[in-house]
Amino acid sequence: MTETLFDVERIRKDFPILSRELPGGRPLVYLDSGNSSQKPLQVVNAMRDHLEHHYSNVGRALHVLGSESTEAYEGARDKVAAFIGAPSRDEVVFTKNASEALNLVAYAFGNPLAEDERFRVRPGDEILISEMEHHSNIVPWQLVAQRTGATLRWFPVTDEGRLDLSGLTELVNERTKIVSIVHQSNVLGTVNPVAEVLARARQVGAVMMLDASQSVPHRPVDVAALGVDFVAFTGHKMVGPSGIGVLWGRREVLEAMPPFLGGGEMIEAVWMDHSTYAPIPHKFEAGTPPIVEAVGLGAAVDYLTSVGMDDIRRHEHELTEYGLAALAEVPGLRVLGPKTAEGRGGTLSFTLPEVHPHDVGQILDDAFGIAVRVGHHCARPLHLRFGIPASTRASMYLYNTTDEIDALVRGLHHVQKVFG
Amino acid sequence: MIAESLYQELILEHYKHPQGRGLREPYDAEVHHVNPTCGDEVTMRVRLGDGGKVLDVSYDGQGCSISQAAASVLHELATGSTVGDSLAVVDEFTRLMQGRGQVEPDEDVLGDAVAFAGVAKYPARVKCALLAWMAFKDAVARSSA
Ligand SMILES: Cc1ncc(COP(=O)(O)O)c(C=O)c1O
Repeated sequence: MTETLFDVERIRKDFPILSRELPGGRPLVYLDSGNSSQKPLQVVNAMRDHLEHHYSNVGRALHVLGSESTEAYEGARDKVAAFIGAPSRDEVVFTKNASEALNLVAYAFGNPLAEDERFRVRPGDEILISEMEHHSNIVPWQLVAQRTGATLRWFPVTDEGRLDLSGLTELVNERTKIVSIVHQSNVLGTVNPVAEVLARARQVGAVMMLDASQSVPHRPVDVAALGVDFVAFTGHKMVGPSGIGVLWGRREVLEAMPPFLGGGEMIEAVWMDHSTYAPIPHKFEAGTPPIVEAVGLGAAVDYLTSVGMDDIRRHEHELTEYGLAALAEVPGLRVLGPKTAEGRGGTLSFTLPEVHPHDVGQILDDAFGIAVRVGHHCARPLHLRFGIPASTRASMYLYNTTDEIDALVRGLHHVQKVFG
Repeated sequence: MIAESLYQELILEHYKHPQGRGLREPYDAEVHHVNPTCGDEVTMRVRLGDGGKVLDVSYDGQGCSISQAAASVLHELATGSTVGDSLAVVDEFTRLMQGRGQVEPDEDVLGDAVAFAGVAKYPARVKCALLAWMAFKDAVARSSA
């Protein structure tokens, strides 16, 4: 086995919150990064520096601060573009979060302003998602279906928590307008086989989108190599701030889409009765954008790059292997999703017999300072699929350690003692 | 450990061995209440008799220990009591739960339900404790209507 050079203790020092004490002197064990990640000093300082020295509105101010702020904002776009291998910086659209990025794309479908045939939706056309989606990649498509009379369909999920592709050729067919699936599941950890689905989508001329909210933070993602049309992700899960998300789209497809929100900065010229629109990406960025948040996201991708996305993936893979083995020791515990670390990320969701997840989470927090998420994690249909109302989820990131997994397992034994 | 004060022995006992659980006939009113933030739910039926007597409180549901134990304790307190007396307990229980841990519970009124006092310090869990009790209040109002 190769010795890993990943220095997690050094990384933890970049995240001051990880060494804070909780009331009662408990140390914090943060296992909720799938929900939102913590922020390193590098991000906090970059945002603070911008606010202290460079802040002004972007795009429209001619003064020194205006140009410095614009440069920082647009510089963040360059960084994000490089981070995800975007062929062009113009293909990176800043949004509020992943949900807005998904809605932005969904809004184009069946929109009377969309002249491109790919976005025309008629009754009987189909939209394809999967049973393992986050609500953010379900509800926008339900709305499209309701507006247009299209049929919403979905890939089922296997008992092991993988996408069931056995019906691929029937599910992706001549009527399919868009296939939008999660890249890495926020509950199961499953990493989905994009190429296979994309190949079929291309055969039938369907557009394809990936919800990469849980993959971009955790593994190297190259949008050009993936070859899909759209990728959505969100800043706060990748050591960046909340309030900013990203839609990457292939230039040609973004250009074929109608605007989403109307307002300042998204226009070229405005008359009282009509307008012409700015080129991408600004066509999709109406109003004053999240400026400081973009700066923070730029610092976040710098930070992740300096640590190394390959190393982050490897570290999390090791934690996942360790975590799956450790959880298997807890009597009766049932892991949702793949039982091995192959093709899966460090999201460990599980149930304990006879103990409700809210009680699990409460005791882990109260007694041990362990922060996990409990509930359906915005993936209710997936929980219904597995016949459970809720689960407990421990999700890991670059700063987590095997000691923290040990603490989780000790905590779970305690939970079982309380309810034994 | 704060959790110790939340998970009182009595609560755990009722969770593990719920009293009067299961929906029964006959009944005068049935209600279904859910807590959308956590998905806890309860279906509750009440059967009233002469003189405002509560003949039966039957229920079914799913959720955390707090919500399920609260339903069980409610069943014990309300069955055989009167509408007036049981609603007085509901009011006192509600006052306790919404008191942010600052309210001194009236043990004479609350009986076993006093075990839930610790829940009041957990705003996120107060709704769990109140779920069945609000459902009961609703069901009584509907059957007397
Ligand atoms: C897979 C997935 N998609 C979408 C989202 C939505 O992200 P946001 O709330 O930042 O829009 C999340 C996170 O909650 C997620 O895990």
